[in-house]
Amino acid sequence: MDEEENPGERLKLVVTGHVDHGKSTVIGRLLHDTGFLPAGALEKAQRIAHETGKPFEFAYLLDAFEEEQKQGITIDTTRLNFATPKRGYVIIDAPGHQEFLKNMISGAADAEAALLVVDASRGVEEQSRRHAYLLSLLGIRQIGVVVNKMDLVAYGEAVFRQVETTMADFLASLGLVAKSYIPLSGLLGENILEPSSQLPWYSGPTLLTLLDSFSLAEGTEAQPLRLPLQDIYKFDDRRILAGRIASGTLRVGDTVRISPGGRETRSVSLEEWGGEGDKSEATSGESVGITLADEFFHQRGEVISHPATPPLVSTTFRANLFWMGRTPLRPGKKYILKIATRRVECEVSELGRVIDASSLTVMELPQEVRMNGVAEVAITTGEAIALDLFSVNHITGRFVLVDGYDVVGGGIVSLVQNAIAVDHAIFEQGKLQARCELFDEFFYSVEDYSVNKRCPPVLLFRVGDPLPLEGKSYSYPEFFDIAVMRDKMAVKIRAGRVVELQPLADLVYSGLPMVNGRGFAFRVKSREEWRQCQEEYAAATSGQDASLSAKWLDFHSYRRIYFASNSRS
Amino acid sequence: MDHLDELEAESVYILREAYKLLGKLAMLWSIGKDSTVLLWLAKKAFFGHVPFPLVHVDTSYKIPEMIRYRDQLARELGFELIVHSNQEALAAGMGPEQGRLICCAALKTEALQQLVRLHKFNGLIVGVRRDEEGSRSKERVFSERNATDNWDYANQPPELWNQFKTDFPPGHHIRVHPLLQWNELDIWRYIGREKMPISDLYFTHDGERYRSLGCSPCTGRVKSQASTVAEIIQELESTTVGERSGRAQDREDAYALQKLRKAGYM
Ligand SMILES: Nc1nc2c(ncn2[C@@H]2O[C@H](COP(=O)(O)OP(=O)(O)OP(=O)(O)O)[C@@H](O)[C@H]2O)c(=O)[nH]1
Ligand SMILES: [Mg+2]
Repeated sequence: MDEEENPGERLKLVVTGHVDHGKSTVIGRLLHDTGFLPAGALEKAQRIAHETGKPFEFAYLLDAFEEEQKQGITIDTTRLNFATPKRGYVIIDAPGHQEFLKNMISGAADAEAALLVVDASRGVEEQSRRHAYLLSLLGIRQIGVVVNKMDLVAYGEAVFRQVETTMADFLASLGLVAKSYIPLSGLLGENILEPSSQLPWYSGPTLLTLLDSFSLAEGTEAQPLRLPLQDIYKFDDRRILAGRIASGTLRVGDTVRISPGGRETRSVSLEEWGGEGDKSEATSGESVGITLADEFFHQRGEVISHPATPPLVSTTFRANLFWMGRTPLRPGKKYILKIATRRVECEVSELGRVIDASSLTVMELPQEVRMNGVAEVAITTGEAIALDLFSVNHITGRFVLVDGYDVVGGGIVSLVQNAIAVDHAIFEQGKLQARCELFDEFFYSVEDYSVNKRCPPVLLFRVGDPLPLEGKSYSYPEFFDIAVMRDKMAVKIRAGRVVELQPLADLVYSGLPMVNGRGFAFRVKSREEWRQCQEEYAAATSGQDASLSAKWLDFHSYRRIYFASNSRS
Repeated sequence: MDHLDELEAESVYILREAYKLLGKLAMLWSIGKDSTVLLWLAKKAFFGHVPFPLVHVDTSYKIPEMIRYRDQLARELGFELIVHSNQEALAAGMGPEQGRLICCAALKTEALQQLVRLHKFNGLIVGVRRDEEGSRSKERVFSERNATDNWDYANQPPELWNQFKTDFPPGHHIRVHPLLQWNELDIWRYIGREKMPISDLYFTHDGERYRSLGCSPCTGRVKSQASTVAEIIQELESTTVGERSGRAQDREDAYALQKLRKAGYM
């Protein structure tokens, strides 16, 4: 075992491809030839071959279950540590049989690079293509194609080129380009560590050089902070918020924002057991415990960020999804969504294209997604959640769906619609608080052909603070009252500034314009009308009554809609 | 973060998920190096507290020093310890003479089942590692056991992106494996780095030491001069002898451990 150049580095590599094309054999051979087998493993595999009267297979080094060895097939995935002089690897062996696709996905989901193994004598087959598709869906863009069993085709270049062309075409249709195509024989160990004399026409990398040419996923320390809350502990007099930092860096003293609620506070300490007690900074990948200045009510599933770079907040997003459930996915049915540490009820509100991941055929008017299918979907959650696009943040941009006791699907977030920042403006006077969305911008999206909303970062107004009365899509008068129905609070604005907060019940109609917490004017002209309006709202079973809104609110008094594109730039 | 920092952060994350999501939880504690690392990680995860009991399945055949060390550590580190033995089997004379695998099944697997039933545990934290042996290499981090403690290894649920199996029917329980991705060297390097207390049996006595602690009739020692953690690490970096080579039950039949584990063995 050589010392590695970069002992901290570890690249996660998954080995994929059609059943029987030699994935486990190639890995077994690689570990064997480089001396990385766990002590005793080779002897055990040889003994088993001897006892069962079957020829020794390098695949036995990975296929440890009796059923796997007896049937010569990988059922479940495993992970092994391996290292070259350059760096360490976690090598993930994936099964190729279609029936075990969920295990392949379990192995591949968090890999940074992949090998796609193709049997030279059989060429590209159904699962070769399906695995390639899933790799692209999972966001794995570094792929090396291994053309294995070259010994079966007399190490012929023509066969190799044929496989190369077929695979390159398919990958191109997914927007992927393989880093290299490597001919080799896993069984005989040709072109694994050393260039093979059997392949005089080939001058590309060996398997080992290919591995070292993959690049490590970029560190996420410098990205915006995301700390999904895992749990809140009160074991002693400290109230510790625990979680693992998904990206970015958190320092003691930072102002932080907690999504989806949107409240802001300050981080006071980073707690540790056994440390010096002076930890002042934590970064991506660390499991931490923090204490905060304000003891709001916190829950698992909230995401801590910095105020200027919060995650998106929404109840609707689009995603690319793969389905692993035995029962097909049905739009409208309730599932549980798990994204980072958040768990919430959801449904697939729209089924877009359903694709056969191997033939790339698109189904017309799909009603469901069957096991091993992939689809483009819109998902609506029962409550607002904090999330990111997968392209922006992997950990807060991917999710699984649970049906009953089982994880049945997984996906990555491709577009977030109607992103809202709940409670993004807060009025405060002493202990009194009122939330509002007066400064949200409504626009007609030229991409979606629908009305969307864009939200400003969190704003906090105290008595005396001026309000931004003019926006792109709103314009409020200098003097008015805000009636925040959900908080039962009123806020008085005079000469463009906050002058007072009071319970809504104490508010007397003064003849000034009245708007609700979302910036819509009340159609009231007298104390009598205001009283009647309040009574009807109080009697309504829910605030989301459209007829009530139609009767008492006017959209256009202070608000309008403008054209814009969804991109935030 | 270096490799050990990453392993530690991942294991702490797993422990916290288990504590938050699994209901009644316990940690299996065998006094050996892996369970001692587990205990250490729990202290880190929960800021000096261990918010669940440790359980020790005592076969009554353990190496006597192990038991002494167990009680000493429980006093020093302050945690709740539940010791359980399969009393009926012992009363009926169960021992390795009846056959090693039969003995393991009765005094460990069955004892464990009794414990789970008695205390109605929903989750058991176990320090197994992939590199120990074949069936463990294929494990999930959250691994379901059914009402009869069976492991349906040929049909394991998907486990991706650290979204673990936390939904399961009543009567089932989850084996939580926070050390799955560690290997033997990682364990020793971590013990060295953290200056952790560790049983003296791992160090050389008369030219021999234990590499893995188990029951005395079935656990052998390896030739070694290592008397410090650093020397153990050095020895492991160059050895070709398997970690469990001293464990007799592994040699009984090719798939002995797979069969034991399917039935509920740790
Ligand atoms: N001739 C020849 N046979 C090979 C080579 N590589 C693998 N095989 C054989 O192909 C068969 C399947 O190999 P595995 O490594 O089990 O294939 P796999 O891709 O891991 O299969 P699954 O995991 O079940 O999808 C075994 O019998 C191997 O011995 C090779 O380079 N040349
Ligand atoms: Mg295989």
